[in-house]
Amino acid sequence: MNALIFLIVFPLCIALLAAVLPAALSTLRRIIGVIANIVLCVVPIYLLVTYLDKGPAYFQIESHLINIFMLVIEVFIAGFIVYISIRAKRYLPVLLVAVQSVIMLTFEFTSGSGMRVEHSLFVDKFSIIMALIVGIIGSAICLYAIGYIPEYHEHHKEVKDRRRYFAFLMYLFLSAMFGIIFSNNLMWVFFFWEITTICSALLIGYRNDQQSIESSFRALNMNLLGGLAFAAGIVYLYSSARIMELDKLLQVDKSLVLLPAVCIAFAGLVKSAQFPFCSWLTGAMVAPTPVSALLHSSTMVKAGVYIILRVAPALQNTVAAKMLMLVGGVTFLVTALIAISQSNAKKVLAYSTISNLGLIVACAGVNTDAAVWSALLLIIFHAVAKSLLFLCVGIIEYRLGSRDIEDMDYLIMRLPKLTAVMMIGMAGMFLAPFGMIISKFVTLKAFIDSNPGMAILLAYGSAATVFFWTKWMGKIMSIKYGEAQIVEHPVSRWEQFTLAILAIATVVVCLGFPFISSRIIDPYLKDVFGKSPVVDTFNILVIYVIMIGILIILPLGLMYYAYVNKNYRRVGTYLGGANVDNVSFEGPMDHKQTADLKNYYLTKYFGEDILCNVGVLVSLTLIFIMFGVAAL
Amino acid sequence: MKTLFELFQSLGLAERMLAYVLIAPFIGGVLAGIDRKLTARLQGRFGPPILQPFFDVFKLFQKERIVVNKFQNFNIILFFVFTVFSGALFFCGADILLMIFGLATAGTFFVLAGYSVSSPYSHLGAEREIIQMVSYEPMVILVAVGMYMVTGSFKVADIAMYQKPLILALPGVFAGFLYILTIKFRKSPFDLSISHHAHQEIVRGLTTEFSGPALALIEISHWYENVLLLGIVYLFFAFNPWLGIVLTIAAYLFEIFIDNNYSRFKWQLTFLSSWLFTAVAGVSNIIVLHLIK
Repeated sequence: MNALIFLIVFPLCIALLAAVLPAALSTLRRIIGVIANIVLCVVPIYLLVTYLDKGPAYFQIESHLINIFMLVIEVFIAGFIVYISIRAKRYLPVLLVAVQSVIMLTFEFTSGSGMRVEHSLFVDKFSIIMALIVGIIGSAICLYAIGYIPEYHEHHKEVKDRRRYFAFLMYLFLSAMFGIIFSNNLMWVFFFWEITTICSALLIGYRNDQQSIESSFRALNMNLLGGLAFAAGIVYLYSSARIMELDKLLQVDKSLVLLPAVCIAFAGLVKSAQFPFCSWLTGAMVAPTPVSALLHSSTMVKAGVYIILRVAPALQNTVAAKMLMLVGGVTFLVTALIAISQSNAKKVLAYSTISNLGLIVACAGVNTDAAVWSALLLIIFHAVAKSLLFLCVGIIEYRLGSRDIEDMDYLIMRLPKLTAVMMIGMAGMFLAPFGMIISKFVTLKAFIDSNPGMAILLAYGSAATVFFWTKWMGKIMSIKYGEAQIVEHPVSRWEQFTLAILAIATVVVCLGFPFISSRIIDPYLKDVFGKSPVVDTFNILVIYVIMIGILIILPLGLMYYAYVNKNYRRVGTYLGGANVDNVSFEGPMDHKQTADLKNYYLTKYFGEDILCNVGVLVSLTLIFIMFGVAAL
Repeated sequence: MKTLFELFQSLGLAERMLAYVLIAPFIGGVLAGIDRKLTARLQGRFGPPILQPFFDVFKLFQKERIVVNKFQNFNIILFFVFTVFSGALFFCGADILLMIFGLATAGTFFVLAGYSVSSPYSHLGAEREIIQMVSYEPMVILVAVGMYMVTGSFKVADIAMYQKPLILALPGVFAGFLYILTIKFRKSPFDLSISHHAHQEIVRGLTTEFSGPALALIEISHWYENVLLLGIVYLFFAFNPWLGIVLTIAAYLFEIFIDNNYSRFKWQLTFLSSWLFTAVAGVSNIIVLHLIK
C-alpha cells in the first residue's frame, strides 16, 4: 500500500519542488528531475515484482478526512477554472463547473458523512501495467522535456518562459494519473480525473496565444462535460445502489449500475477523444511536443480507455455495450481514413492515436477475454511507439523548421539516427509482425466470434492504416543521388537519451509480448473472466521467427550493402531527359525541368471536413442510444 | 493425382514448406509462360515459348548491377523473403491471417523499394501500388473472415480438409476475391503500378530504377505470389481436389481473359470500385453468414 501512496504523493512533491525552486538553479533542478524520473521508473517495476504472483489487493484507508480535503481542493480548482474562464470571457466552462460543483457539494453534505467506503485503494495487474506505462514513459517524456524546453524558448521568443509552471503541471499530471489507476473509491477517481482535465487544459494553453487558448478551452469544455457525466454517474450510483467503489460496481445487480456505468464510460469516451469529441486532441498539437507526447501516450487518453475497460463488465450483454463498441469502431475507421488526408505530421499522429483508441474502446465494448487481451496489448504497444514518434517529430520540427511530411524528403540522409529510431516506432505501429499487428490479429479473431460487423470495420480500417504509414515511411527513407546536408548535430543529450530508451523499449515490448501476456495479462483476465484466450503457440513461434529474423537480417543486410557489396554501378535516376542533378533534367527545347515528388493525400475522398461530420453525427446518435437504453 | 495429393498430406510442416519453396517458382514460371502465349494468341501473335519467362530471368541474373542508391535492392530482398515465407506458411497449413499479414508486409517492402530510389516514375508507381494495396486489403481479410465463419478455423490445413463445398457458403466472398485477384495478379485494368504490357505505359512505374538481378527477384516473387493466390482460390473448392484444380486453372485463365479485354483504369476508379465491390459482394455475404448462424 505504501508504494501506491508513494507513487501518488511523490510526483506531487516533485511538482511542488519544481514550482518552488527558482529557474536559475537549473543544475539542481535537473538533478532532482533525473532522480525523480529514475524513482518513478523503479517503483512501478518494484510493484510488478511484488505482485507478479499475487491477485488483486485492496487497501483500507481512513477516507472521510481525505474526502473533505479533496473537496476543498476541488472547490479551489472550480474557483480557478471560473477565474480563468471569466478572464478569457468564456462562460461555458463556468456553467459546467458550477453544475458539477453543486452536484458534488450537495452530495458531500447530504450523504458524505454516512458514506462508508471499505477499500479506497487497490492494485491489480491492469493497474500495474498502467503504472509501468505512466511511470516509465511519463518520466522518459519529462526527461526529454529537460532538453526540449530551453530549445523551445529559443525558437519561440514570443512565448513567455514559464518552465517552472510547465514542470509543475507535468509532474502533477503524473501524480493524478497514478491516483486514477490506483483508486478504488470512485470519489477519488473523480477527483484525480478532474485534475488531469485542468492540467491538460493548462498545458495545451502553454503558448498563451490565440490558437492555443482556443484549443485549451475546447479541451476544457469537452472534458468538463465528461466530468459532469462522471459526477452525475457516481451520485446516481450511490443513491441507487449505495456503493462508491469500483470493485463493487461490478458485483451488484447490473440493472442498478447500468446508468452510472454508462455515464462513466461516457466520461472515458471524452477523455480518450473518441468521436464526437476528437477535436480536442487534434487541437492539442499546438502545445510543446512533450505535452503532446504525454497526452497521447501515457496519460489523459489512456485514462479514458482505462476507465472504460474498468466499467465495461457492468455493461456486458447490453445494448449499451454494443453502442460503445460501435462508437469505438466508427472512430477507428473514420479517423484512420482522415489520417490519409493529413500532411501535418503531428496531426497524422493524433488521428492515428484516436484511431487506435477507437479500437481499444471497441474491444472494451466486446468485452470478451480475447478482446480485453488485445486491448491491453494495444495500450502497451501504442504507448511506447507513439511517444517515441511524437518525440521524434518534435526534434525534426526544429531541425527542418517544419512539421509537414512533405518537407521530410531524404530525412534518412539528413538525420540518419533519428530516422532509424522513427522507423522503429513506425514499424511498431503498423508493420507485421511487430507490436500493434499482433494485437490487431487477436482483435480480429475476437471480433469475428462476437460480431462480424466489427471485423468488417477492422478490415477497411487496417487498409487505411497501412496507407498513411507506408507513404510517410517511404517519404523519410527515400535516398537521393548526391549529398544531402546532415543536420543532426545539435540534438541535446537529454533528447537523444530518451529516444534511445523508448526505441529499446519498443523492441523489448515487441519481443517480450509472450511474457507480458502470460505473466501479467492472462492472470488479470483469469480474475475477471475466469479464463484467458488461448493463443496458438505455433503462431507465436512464427511471429517470433519473423521478428528475430528481421532483427538479425536488417542490420546485417544494411552493413552488407554499405560496406561489403561493391559489385554495382551507380547512376542517376531516370527523369525523362538528360539529368542535371538528381531532381532536374534538360527537357525538350533546352528547357530545364525540375521533378518534385509529393505524396497522395486524396483529400477529395478523405478530407477532414467531410469525414469529421460523418463521424460526429454517427457517434452522437450511437451515444444517445447508449444513454437511452441505459436510462429506460 | 490422388496419390500426389496424399503424398502432400503425409509431409511434415517443414517438408511442405520446402516443397512450396522448391516447386512454386516452376509452376509460377510455367503459368507466366502460358499467360504470355495465350495473350499473344488473343492479340493475333505467335508468342514466345512457354519456358520464355525462365530464360528471361536467367538472362536478368547475368546483367550488370546498376543502381541509383546502394540500399535500394535490400527492400527487394525483404519483399522476396516475405512473399516466399507467407506462401510457405500457407502451404504448410498455418494460420491464414498470419499469411495475410505476412503478404501485406511483403507488399509494404515492395512499395518502400519504390520510394527509396526517389525517382519520379518509381515514386508514382509506389503511390499507385499503395492505392492498390488499400483497394484489395479489406477483401483479403474478409476472405479469411468468411472462411473462418464457415469452417470454424483459421488454419489453412483445416479449411482445406473441410468436406462441404466452401464456395456455396461464400459465393459473394469468392466473387469479391476474384475481383481483387486481378489487382494482385497485376493484370489490366488494375495494373497501375507496373504493367506487363508494353502498350500500357511509356516508362514502367515502380520498377523503373530496378534492373538485372533485382528485377529477376521481383519476377520470381511474383511467381511465388501467384501460386499462393491460386492456392487461396483452390480453398474455395477444396471439397473435391479434381474440381478444385480445374476451377483454379479456370480462374487463372479468366484473369488472362480480363487482362486482354480491358485497358487500364484510373486509380480513382480502381480504388472506389474495389471497395464498393468488396462491400457489396463480400460484406453482404459475411452478414448473411452471421444472420443464418
